[in-house]
Amino acid sequence: MHIVVCIKQVPDSAQIRVHPVTNTIMRQGVPTIINPYDLFALEEALRLRDKVGGEVTVLTMGPPMAEDALRKALGIGANRGVLLTDRFFAGSDTLATSFALAQAVRKIGETWGAPEVVFTGKQTIDGDTAQVGPGIARRLGLNQLTYVAAINAIDLEAGTIAVARRAEGGVQELSTKLPALITMLEGTNEIRRGTVPDVLRAARAKIEVWNAAAAGITEVGMCGLRGSPTVVKRVFAPTPRAAKAEQVEAKDRPYEAVAEDVMERIFAAQPAMEAELMRTAAGY
Amino acid sequence: MTTPPKPAPAAAGSRAGMKKELPERFKSYQHVWVFIEYEHGEVHPVGLELLGEGRKLADKLGVELAGVLVGAGREGLRQAAVEAWEHGADLVYVVDHPTLEHYRNDPYSQVLTELVNTYKPEVLLLGATVLGRDLAGSVATTVLTGLTADCTELAIDDDRCLAATRPTFGGSLLCTIFTLNTRPQMATIRPRVMAMPPRQPGRTGRLIEHKVALHEADIVTKVLRFVADRDSSKAQLAYADIVVAGGLGLRSPENLQHVRALASALGGDWGGSRPLVQKGWMPADRQIGQTGKTIRPKLYIAAGISGAIQHRVGVEGADLIIAINTDPHAPIFDFAHLGIVADAVELLPALTEAFRKRLSVNRLAG
Repeated sequence: MHIVVCIKQVPDSAQIRVHPVTNTIMRQGVPTIINPYDLFALEEALRLRDKVGGEVTVLTMGPPMAEDALRKALGIGANRGVLLTDRFFAGSDTLATSFALAQAVRKIGETWGAPEVVFTGKQTIDGDTAQVGPGIARRLGLNQLTYVAAINAIDLEAGTIAVARRAEGGVQELSTKLPALITMLEGTNEIRRGTVPDVLRAARAKIEVWNAAAAGITEVGMCGLRGSPTVVKRVFAPTPRAAKAEQVEAKDRPYEAVAEDVMERIFAAQPAMEAELMRTAAGY
Repeated sequence: MTTPPKPAPAAAGSRAGMKKELPERFKSYQHVWVFIEYEHGEVHPVGLELLGEGRKLADKLGVELAGVLVGAGREGLRQAAVEAWEHGADLVYVVDHPTLEHYRNDPYSQVLTELVNTYKPEVLLLGATVLGRDLAGSVATTVLTGLTADCTELAIDDDRCLAATRPTFGGSLLCTIFTLNTRPQMATIRPRVMAMPPRQPGRTGRLIEHKVALHEADIVTKVLRFVADRDSSKAQLAYADIVVAGGLGLRSPENLQHVRALASALGGDWGGSRPLVQKGWMPADRQIGQTGKTIRPKLYIAAGISGAIQHRVGVEGADLIIAINTDPHAPIFDFAHLGIVADAVELLPALTEAFRKRLSVNRLAG
């Protein structure tokens, strides 16, 4: 079978700093990583391939340096990497991003065979929208399975797949027809370490680099800023509260005394709380 | 903590220069809609919270507020409509069909898309739940409109546009996003981000039943089984009155026991900041913050949490925030009400003891 995994290269959020005066992101020197949520999608795709045979193509959209993310994915065991990169894509919101990625998936299908399953992570750590996966599914007419915790069964001959997914208030077990798009829930598997041959192959592998035209995208008006209905009007740091926190002095005092103080201040601020707690403690 | 609150003139990638031109075909789009999740015979509270927020937007625009109810079962949906009216809806669109009993992406997005195209709302709000996010992304892509995820603030600007503010760049900044040239303007909001509006018993409104032509045979996705969560703690954390949470200042996963002990002494629930999930100290459903749970307790105690924006937006709705941190410059002291510069690992057990003692004394006395 053919499986496509969409990944994104993101800045390591733990290391992002904001310029204190201009409120802009200081990207210089911030290391990039594969969006951590995407690794669960990649691992699940590799497991599926190992089980039923076939190929895993990894797709990313981004600047030329996003090639690093693809190489990492090849080193983990993916068969092929496609980088979608073009200045027309700059400034894409989630709608424009899903358009470009869906077109690229289509082109991948024409080139190496239509994928039975497309995977994405449940969301990215920089955008946190969880909108691109469903967007791709809708544009390609794939049956959408979000927040998947486990693939319970796949039958390529019958063209069916059964999964368990996180739903509101419980776990939903669904079956649907292929082709399907799966967004994988975090913590559902553990990403493998690449084998030595894979790592060596990844370093030399040819990455397919596609611009809009190569991906078969003719409607550039659907891409980038022009294809994005949402507009970011203002970026700002949150206002600190007018008053800083009142302090309970803790220096050179026993913790018991500090704790007493804190408790009294809590009850002073929330007069009803003590009575409520007492009722609960008494078991009413 | 000393960052002045000044707006950036034009951040990288900003589209601030774009003009607002609403194409003619969208000018008839009117009214504010809230999609109200209704499943297993119950209304998800986030739908009612959004009616409270939607009411303000509708009043500002001078339009009506509508709830959208999709499901199966006449009586249950009727009851849900009453709840919607009593929480501020002027009218409720109801779609009642057997295929809609359990949530499935395909029929739900078909129905909501059809409603949008038929009745043309200018604003459509959904809860940023598992269901809401699954549905919103499909509908926005189908009708080709803008969708802003996880908003923390909504407003109407001078041009009658929805200004949707959300954290960005992993929660280090906030940004305000507009959908200028398409309608509806869609946004998702997490549970508990908006306050629950007071219920107005007896308040009533209109009900519009919309008939749909759905056939089970055409829907390829089937629900084989639904296993309800045994542990309802996930819901409890978001709706708990008292929450104690830990951060990296606890130094080791074992020290989370002090957080749990205090929460249990107070009859509350417990959680932690995002790094604890990333380090595997606790499960993801305990995470408090932008990408975890948003909470609005009466009392929130943050132990060893620095208070990055990503965390702040998840707890700001708390009535009383107590912060314990060894770093006097930690940003959490910028929005906490009461701060203690101390080692949480030492102070937490002392607090647990103090509360235990007080409550047992009171019990004996009472």
